[in-house]
Amino acid sequence: MNTLQQIRFVWKPLVFLLCLLPAALVVTDAAGLTGTLGANPVEEILDRFGNWGLRFIMITLAITPLRRASGWNWLSRFRRMLGLFTFFYVLMHFTTWVVLDRDLRLSEIVEDLTERPFVLIGFSALLILTALAATSFTAIRRRMGQHWQTLHNAVYAAAILGAWHYWWQVKKDIAEPLIYAAILAGLLGARIIWHLARSRKRHQVARPAQ
Amino acid sequence: MLIRKPADIRPSEITSETNYLNRRDFLRAGAIAGGSMIAGAAGAAVIPDTRQALLSGVKKSVFSTDEEANSYEDITTYNNFYEFGTGKSDPYRNAQDFKPRPWSIEVSGHAEKTGIFDFEDFIKPFDLEERIYRMRCVEAWSMVIPWVGISLADVIKHLQPTSKAKFIAFETLNDAEQMPGLRRRSLDWPYREGLTMAEATNPLPILAVGIYGKTIPNQNGAPIRLVVPWKYGFKGIKSIVKINFTSSRPRTSWNMAAPNEYGFYANVNPNVSHPRWSQARERRIGSGIFADKQETLMFNGYGEQVADLYKGLDLRRNY
Repeated sequence: MNTLQQIRFVWKPLVFLLCLLPAALVVTDAAGLTGTLGANPVEEILDRFGNWGLRFIMITLAITPLRRASGWNWLSRFRRMLGLFTFFYVLMHFTTWVVLDRDLRLSEIVEDLTERPFVLIGFSALLILTALAATSFTAIRRRMGQHWQTLHNAVYAAAILGAWHYWWQVKKDIAEPLIYAAILAGLLGARIIWHLARSRKRHQVARPAQ
Repeated sequence: MLIRKPADIRPSEITSETNYLNRRDFLRAGAIAGGSMIAGAAGAAVIPDTRQALLSGVKKSVFSTDEEANSYEDITTYNNFYEFGTGKSDPYRNAQDFKPRPWSIEVSGHAEKTGIFDFEDFIKPFDLEERIYRMRCVEAWSMVIPWVGISLADVIKHLQPTSKAKFIAFETLNDAEQMPGLRRRSLDWPYREGLTMAEATNPLPILAVGIYGKTIPNQNGAPIRLVVPWKYGFKGIKSIVKINFTSSRPRTSWNMAAPNEYGFYANVNPNVSHPRWSQARERRIGSGIFADKQETLMFNGYGEQVADLYKGLDLRRNY
C-alpha cells in the first residue's frame, strides 16, 4: 500500500471511528453500560453534543495551521471528515434540543428562536454548517469552482457564532466558553498573521518589477 | 394572614424510598421520644455531628407533598453550590472534606437575642419536622426533596426581632480553604440571600438540617440551609453563618450578579420568562430521558399558602 492508500483504507476509518466515540458513549452511558448521564440526562446529552460540536470545529480549523507549521500535507486529507463530524455533532445537539428538551413543541421552538438571541445565534451556526455539509461532495465542489472557497470561508462565522452561543448560554461561570474563545482567537489569529506575512512577501517580490 | 392547608395532603401516605426510611425513623423517633420524656427533655432538637446520622424525634408535617421524592443519589449528586464549583457534580466531588462542625451562627441587627450561637445551641429549642417539598430551580428543573428542618418562623419568634426589622438577611460561610469554588470570582462572595419578614414568618420556610431523615450532606448545605419552596432554588442559601435583621432590603447574590435576570423575590412564576429561557415548564429530575417537561405551577404550587403575601405587587416587575 502506498501512503495515499494507507490514509484511505487504514487511517481514515480509524479516525472515523474515533470521531464517533463521543456519540457512542452517549448511547452506552444512557444504557448504563459505560457510565451514566447523571441526574439530568437530557441536559447532559445536550451539553455533550454541543461541546463536541465546538471541539470539532476547533479541530477542523486547526488542520490548516498545523499543516503549514509542520509541513505534514497529509493532514488536509482529514479536513472534510472532521468538518462533517462538526456538522454531525451540532445537528445532534439541535435534534436533542428539539426532541428531548423542547418535546417537539413548535410554539416553544419558535418562541426560543424569536425571543432568545443566543438560541438564534446557535441556529444560524447550524444553518451555515448545513450549507457547508451539503456542498462538501467532490462533484459539487468542482462544479462550484471559485465560489466553493468563498462559501466555505463561512466556517469562520460558524465558529464565532458557536463560541458566542456557548458564552451567552452559561449562567455565570464563563471559564469554559473563555477557553473556546481563546482557542478560536488563536486559530483565526494564526491565519491573519500568515495572510499578512504572505501579502508582504508578495509585495516585496513585486517591488523590483515596478 | 389566614393559613390555609393544602387540599392534597395525605401525610400518612408517602411512597417508595421515603416511606421505607421513614418507617425506621418513626420507630426510632418513638423510642427516643419515650425515653426523653422520662428524662424530662422532650422536643429538643439534637443533631449528631457524624455524617449521614439518623435524626431522631422528627415530626411529620401537613405541608409535605405526597409526590414521589427524588432518589437520595439524585438529590445529593446534582447540586448548585458554587462555593464548591460551578458544575452540577462539583459540590458532590469537592465538598467531601468540608467540616460542618464546629459551627456557629452570628445573629445581628434589629432583634432582642443577638450574638454568636453555637450550632447545637441555636437549633436546640426547636422541633425537627420532615417537610417533603418541591424544589424548582431557576434553570427549569425540579426535584421533590424530603427535608428535615426547623420552622424559620419559630426561629424568628425565638430571636425576637424588633419592629425595625423589615427583612432577614443570610450569609454563607466564606472559607476558601474549605470551599475551592471561592477562589474563582464566579459570584461576589460571600453568598447572600434575604427575605421580607412577612415571607420569613410564613409557616413554609424552614432551616433544613437533614435529608431523608439523615443529617444533611455537605454538598446540600451542611450543617444548616434555608428552604423556601415557593421561590427558585437559589434563594435557599446554604451553610449559613450569619443572620441579620435589617430595616432595608439586603443585597442578594444572584440579583447582584445579574439584576435583569434574577430578582430579589424570585418567586416561581411560569408567566415570567428568564431572559434566556422560558419558565413555563420544568424537567422533573428522575423522570427519564423521554419524559416531557411538566407545567410549572405559580408559586411552585404553594399559592394557597403564599399568594396573599404579594397582593397588589406587580410580579412581572418584581420577579
